[in-house]
Amino acid sequence: MSSHSAPSFKNPVVRWVDSRLPVFSYMHAEYGTFPMPKNLNYFWNFGALAMVVLITMILTGIMLAMQYTAHIDLAFDSVERIMRDVNFGWLLRYVHMNGASMFFIVVYIHMFRGLYYGSFKQPRELLWILGVVILVLMMGTAFMGYVLPWGQMSFWGATVITNLFSAIPLVGDSIVTWLWGGFSVDNPTLNRFFALHYLFPFLILGVVMLHVVALHVTKSNNPTGIDVRGPQDTVPFHPYFTAKDSVGLGVFLLIFAFFVFFAPNYMGHPDNYIQADPLVTPAHIVPEWYFLPYYAILRSFTDDWWFFSWFLSWIMDAKLAGVLAMFGSLIVLALLPWLDTSKVRSNRYRPMNKWLVIALVIDFIILGWVGGKPAEEPYVAIAQWSTLFYFFALLVLTPLIGWIERPRPLPASISEPVLKGGGSAAGATTAKMEKS
Amino acid sequence: MMAEATQPGGTEEEKPGRRDFLNYLVVATGAVGAGAFLWPVIHSMNPSRDVLALASSEVDLSPIEVGQAITITWRGKPVFIRHRTEDEISTARSVDVASLPDPQTDEERVQEAPWLVMVGVCTHLGCVPLGQKQGEPKGEFGGWFCPCHGSHYDTSGRIRKGPAPENLPVPGYEFTSETSVLIG
Repeated sequence: MSSHSAPSFKNPVVRWVDSRLPVFSYMHAEYGTFPMPKNLNYFWNFGALAMVVLITMILTGIMLAMQYTAHIDLAFDSVERIMRDVNFGWLLRYVHMNGASMFFIVVYIHMFRGLYYGSFKQPRELLWILGVVILVLMMGTAFMGYVLPWGQMSFWGATVITNLFSAIPLVGDSIVTWLWGGFSVDNPTLNRFFALHYLFPFLILGVVMLHVVALHVTKSNNPTGIDVRGPQDTVPFHPYFTAKDSVGLGVFLLIFAFFVFFAPNYMGHPDNYIQADPLVTPAHIVPEWYFLPYYAILRSFTDDWWFFSWFLSWIMDAKLAGVLAMFGSLIVLALLPWLDTSKVRSNRYRPMNKWLVIALVIDFIILGWVGGKPAEEPYVAIAQWSTLFYFFALLVLTPLIGWIERPRPLPASISEPVLKGGGSAAGATTAKMEKS
Repeated sequence: MMAEATQPGGTEEEKPGRRDFLNYLVVATGAVGAGAFLWPVIHSMNPSRDVLALASSEVDLSPIEVGQAITITWRGKPVFIRHRTEDEISTARSVDVASLPDPQTDEERVQEAPWLVMVGVCTHLGCVPLGQKQGEPKGEFGGWFCPCHGSHYDTSGRIRKGPAPENLPVPGYEFTSETSVLIG
């Protein structure tokens, strides 16, 4: 099971290439014999799933770009042409549209996995931070992509989000004008968003490569969170995880296909099928669902909120506070490896912190729910309390619980809890019965 | 090299002075060069000359009755022109200015008392506030209401309640005659 036994290839062409450019040896070492903890559960599918969605998005995106026209007078119609006239245009667009939602679902679950099983902790801090970078790049890409069909939500979403930067003191307005290339969201804005929307996925791909390299140095975490002690704790990537990932992929593709074929517009907003009109703001602007939690944090900061007027109003206005909090909600995630003071990785053995992680997930869902509601009571108050909890949980409770909590005893090895101590080599397959 | 080796005190260690200077020089030249190229790249994204050349807009005010408002487009943004009633003017002028989030008297915001001209873009995040048309919500202060994040503006377009930090901006404009105004 050692990953460093160089394979000898039978095919002479493969041998010839490999001795000059060791791509086959590399694949063999990283995806063939690569040692994986043998107790991984289905939460460990989601990294591979995210990779599949990224490639799907790039492929369908390139095909759509061949049919799309980035001009304010033509963009909306060119998208309708894709839907009606281009061969399989409807399929490409619906896959691309719902693929964005699938990407965020997969990545959010992937992040939850990291959070719950402590995958972000030493020695995987950089791996985690690269993941946060990927999330930020994804958010930028998704935002700019949503502008391209030039519907009402495209236009007003772009207006609201680019205006966030005007909150920056002194240079804010110049930055917004620079982003727009004009004095409002207009043709220059649409053009540059198209260019950048095409570029960013390749940046994401680059950071994903770094993410994978970092992963293959530190190797996978596992549900117990304890280190691999030796070959008895691992199984080779192939066939064990090629098979397990394929099962997960099958289920995932079924769900993906359900949305594409039976509810393609379920996660979209009907207003985006109305062409952009700079003089009419839709009754309420809502971003795509995956942005709603951050949007709720942004909107929480109003002049009459007690938290703002007690602690922040002397140093900044409510708008800047909201913008900082929204970006801060992501920066806090990147700092998590140092905010969590517990040495125990997996929340299986952390009776207090387990509830904190669950509460955080519920809080994130509540933020998403109120983010889609109009700016009125009781939603504003709910959003404000949920925002406070988000930061309080990560900045105060996480370090605190790490200090005061008494973790449950850790198993001596990955094999022990499954094999009840007496395992032999035959245990390799029974260990796959891992639950939860 | 020979000369250096014979200098008193010259050991196997490099004499740092000259080489450091060369390094700094190379890095500095590179930085200046890269910076000089970076600016055109960044500045190319700023508004181009055809965008900047967008004409100012002239508006005929004669068809606007007292109490009515119109919206025109200027630089791709809506501009609100409201023909205010006596009531609206006196409400706007009776407010204690010091109590406002963005203190400004009504007199500072208009050239002719009945005519309120301002950019109809919410200073929070750029939505177009409601209140121009009949039947639209005008907010708690009888002016405008932004539906996006709930900012209320009064009959002078000043922010009174909600997340927006500033009053609706007044563009540069002048009356070219009794009944027409040139914006921009």
